[in-house]
Amino acid sequence: MSTIHFSVNGNKQSIDVPPMKRLLDVLREDLHLTGTKEGCGEGECGACAVLLDGELVNSCLVPALQVNGARLCTIEGVSTEGRLHPIQQCFLEKGGAQCGICTPGMILATHHLLDKYPNPTMEQIQEGLAGNLCRCTGYMRIFEAVQEAAKHETAKAGAV
Amino acid sequence: MRSDVSLYDLSAPPSLDAVLTTLANEPGKYSVIAGGTELMVALGVGRLQQHSLLSIQHLRELRFIGVQDDAIHIGAGTTFTDLRRSKAIAADFPLMAQSASWTGSVANQNRGTLGGNICNASPAADTPPALLAYGATLTLVSVSGKRTIPYSEFHLGYKKTALRPDELLHTIIVPRSFTGYRQYIRKVGTRNAQSISKIALAAVARMEGDAIADIRLGAASLTDRPVRCSAAEAALLGQSVGAANIDATVRAARAALATEAKPIDDIRSTAKYRAAVGGNLLEEFLRSLAE
Repeated sequence: MSTIHFSVNGNKQSIDVPPMKRLLDVLREDLHLTGTKEGCGEGECGACAVLLDGELVNSCLVPALQVNGARLCTIEGVSTEGRLHPIQQCFLEKGGAQCGICTPGMILATHHLLDKYPNPTMEQIQEGLAGNLCRCTGYMRIFEAVQEAAKHETAKAGAV
Repeated sequence: MRSDVSLYDLSAPPSLDAVLTTLANEPGKYSVIAGGTELMVALGVGRLQQHSLLSIQHLRELRFIGVQDDAIHIGAGTTFTDLRRSKAIAADFPLMAQSASWTGSVANQNRGTLGGNICNASPAADTPPALLAYGATLTLVSVSGKRTIPYSEFHLGYKKTALRPDELLHTIIVPRSFTGYRQYIRKVGTRNAQSISKIALAAVARMEGDAIADIRLGAASLTDRPVRCSAAEAALLGQSVGAANIDATVRAARAALATEAKPIDDIRSTAKYRAAVGGNLLEEFLRSLAE
């Protein structure tokens, strides 16, 4: 077992876990943050994406020891005081979420995309979300939601 | 079946020296893990053989892109995202920038490293063809010192490399000598982003009029390891791509490439398809030189 210190959505955490335990499982099982979903478990689908020191990563491919000292943002840290983040609001209004399994990863990938490209082209949106698979929407409504979110200045505020 | 993570040990020695000492004390005991985009997949499906792992992901000293007059020095811990953000790489080595951009998704490019892509030694890896075409060299370090070898001598067989159990890949050195070269790279897969290539070819050539004065070809999935296509290079050196000669040049090049193409059959493609499409890619490059 290793003791890992890190912050999740602004809260400091110290936990004892096997060092090779997947970050995805640490979040869901040890911290009970079940908003992060498991899809493929091999880095192909992006359902488990979180922000690690501001960078988008697939939490199924990160061993617990490698987040020692890091700053994480999960889907639970995106809304503030019960109010949806503008990105979430745009996904809701544009029909960018259906069954919901891919949505947390899509929201965080969008967050990361708008950090890099505040006014993304369609090509940049498609590449930024290429690692996030959705089996319901056909993607067009997701792209529309991202374009709508890019119009909101507050959608581009840095993550926790 | 998923692995039981409690049976695996992972440590993160505080410095490069500490990593090398640990590797030297018990050679072969450890697998080195950087961004985890390969080994964590193996762990997930119960295929990770080595139960003791050393993380080098936190070692800042392995993450750099240093531009010198004659070469660019890239630390093994440099991520694909770092490569894509580098103006120097984009300006001097467009084939590397291109191959980094189609290695997995953004999330995987943020974690995966150039050193990992090389040492994992998949015959289908995305960056080796460009590195082979550019004539890269590798610096390998251990407690007993460092050595530099041509990258073309690194891959010894399927997933077998020249890296000793006590060694770590430290730096990838790419010579800045391709000004004025025609450059080409193409990956054939089910789609560009994410997918693993069925076959890929990187090529650079210096022309003197219609004649090929210098040519280097690097391929993925043409054999059981990433390779420099030296038979095709030899067949093309000095040959003309002018209108009267291009068909004969293409025929000779395809015949030479066929002698060194020994692809594998696997779930992504067949040996027959890979050999044929490898020849098509080379032909596409040669005909582009004639334009």
